[in-house]
Amino acid sequence: MTIEKVGLDAAALKAQFPLLSRTINGRRMVYLDSANTSQKPDTVIDAISDYYRNTNANVHRGSYQIAHEATEALEGARAKVASFINAPSTSEVVFSKNATESLNLVAQSWGRKNLREGDTVVLTELEHHANIVPWQMLREAIGIELRWIPITDEGKLDLSDLDRLLDGASLVCVSAMSNVLGTLNPISDIATRAHAAGALVLADASQYVPHLPTDVQTLGADFVAFTAHKMCAPTGIGVLWAREELLEDMPPFLGGGEMILQVTKEGYTTNDLPWKFEAGTPPIAEAVGLGAAIDFLSELGMKNVRAHEVALTAYALRTLSERFGDDIKIFGPSEPAERGGVLSFTYRDVHPHDVAQVLDQQNVCVRAGHHCAKPLMQRLGVGSTTRASLYLYNDESDIDVLSDSLAEAGDMFTF
Amino acid sequence: MPGLEDLYREIILDHYRNPRNRGELETPPARRAEGFNPLCGDEVVIYLETDGDLITDLKIGGQGCSISQSSASMMSAAVKGMTVDEAQNITRVFKAMMSIHESGLDGDGGDEDLQIDDEVSLGDLEALRGVVRFPVRIKCATLSWNTLLDAIDGH
Repeated sequence: MTIEKVGLDAAALKAQFPLLSRTINGRRMVYLDSANTSQKPDTVIDAISDYYRNTNANVHRGSYQIAHEATEALEGARAKVASFINAPSTSEVVFSKNATESLNLVAQSWGRKNLREGDTVVLTELEHHANIVPWQMLREAIGIELRWIPITDEGKLDLSDLDRLLDGASLVCVSAMSNVLGTLNPISDIATRAHAAGALVLADASQYVPHLPTDVQTLGADFVAFTAHKMCAPTGIGVLWAREELLEDMPPFLGGGEMILQVTKEGYTTNDLPWKFEAGTPPIAEAVGLGAAIDFLSELGMKNVRAHEVALTAYALRTLSERFGDDIKIFGPSEPAERGGVLSFTYRDVHPHDVAQVLDQQNVCVRAGHHCAKPLMQRLGVGSTTRASLYLYNDESDIDVLSDSLAEAGDMFTF
Repeated sequence: MPGLEDLYREIILDHYRNPRNRGELETPPARRAEGFNPLCGDEVVIYLETDGDLITDLKIGGQGCSISQSSASMMSAAVKGMTVDEAQNITRVFKAMMSIHESGLDGDGGDEDLQIDDEVSLGDLEALRGVVRFPVRIKCATLSWNTLLDAIDGH
């Protein structure tokens, strides 16, 4: 049991992330791209290094000491993930390569098993391509129908027509938090209505799990996908959580070692959960890093992380709006409590690539582009946006540098 | 680290402010080609009209950043009135300029080693030389040129 600290000391936290102390051209790092990937604390970097220095061996098959330790490390990380998202069992925690692979796993395994030509999958206009394209691929392969939940002008899901959209649907695929707008979607409400209509719910929680306390037993979704590298952990590992009876009923996704119990010339039998979905050598060091990241986040307390980000988001919205007025258009909900710390904006008619270029000169890291959400860009009526995204190590001084740099971009492109 | 003035030269900003040959042409007789930069969502549409071997008219559509837009504008001004061969040749020269530093992006040297077809003058396009010091932007600068090649090839 961890005693949660009150509030976060962002300055002390910055010091625990070695990359954030790097300077370029004498300017400190102002990292505002954590929705893209987060930076990694010393404890995570050390855990990975320590694993390779002292424990490295393949898992589930060696008969010697370090092989046993490596297996314990992998499965120990799985237990930490289960606990972090309050999964009832480690059998329900499947390691993948990233959230994209987790989503593809559902489409290819559950989808091909359960969907037939003409069946309906409901998506939303604010999905990341990772929760769109796998379903379009399935549409091409077996002829499913896709429906779209629209969004309001404030960037929230427009659920006014949900019952019609759910009529006859088999699955609803919805982001728990938009990677562009920051919108926190009402997964639980959607799930209640989807379940009543006989549909399951798949939540893309890539932007959610790193920033808010997550309880898959109350979230309401039947499948939850997320990635580790956005939550202080390394790249190369993601998670799919699903209820055990769903996973039991699903065929394997990839075939190979690890996912089998028996192989003969005639065929194979699959391994138990969750290994049935983990063909080949898993990302062991990455899992160790994820475990260390979860320890780090748990010690801070996810409620504190969330409270810090709500306060900082409020500060950012206020600072940028007051300084730039109508020159800046920040997309997504205006109420900080209804959103995460993802601020996508357009600034006058300066193209986001040019904004990001001027910001880079001040060592301010933001993302410019369509954020892998082109249907959403179309809905917003823009080709691209600049996106500043916050995490636990950001503070008001980061926002102030962003604001000053933005003013500089404005000066440069005043015609 | 190169400064922003290396990138945002006055002539580039001028073409961004006042893009030349903006618009559409009727297809046919014009040929139309689209180019996308999947990284940033920029898109360019090129309408190309030829009379025999001669590029008689060229219009640019789409939207993008200052570098992609100004490069497209300068490209349109440069190749209009050229033969198709000349346009392909200047495209090669321009793309060579955009890749010449790839092996040593951090260095300031290399400009004097620029050995590309001396018979082709890049004129205003020389202003885009600084883009190679900002590797992320090279694709912005070459987008319209690659699309021009597609239009010429009839893709």
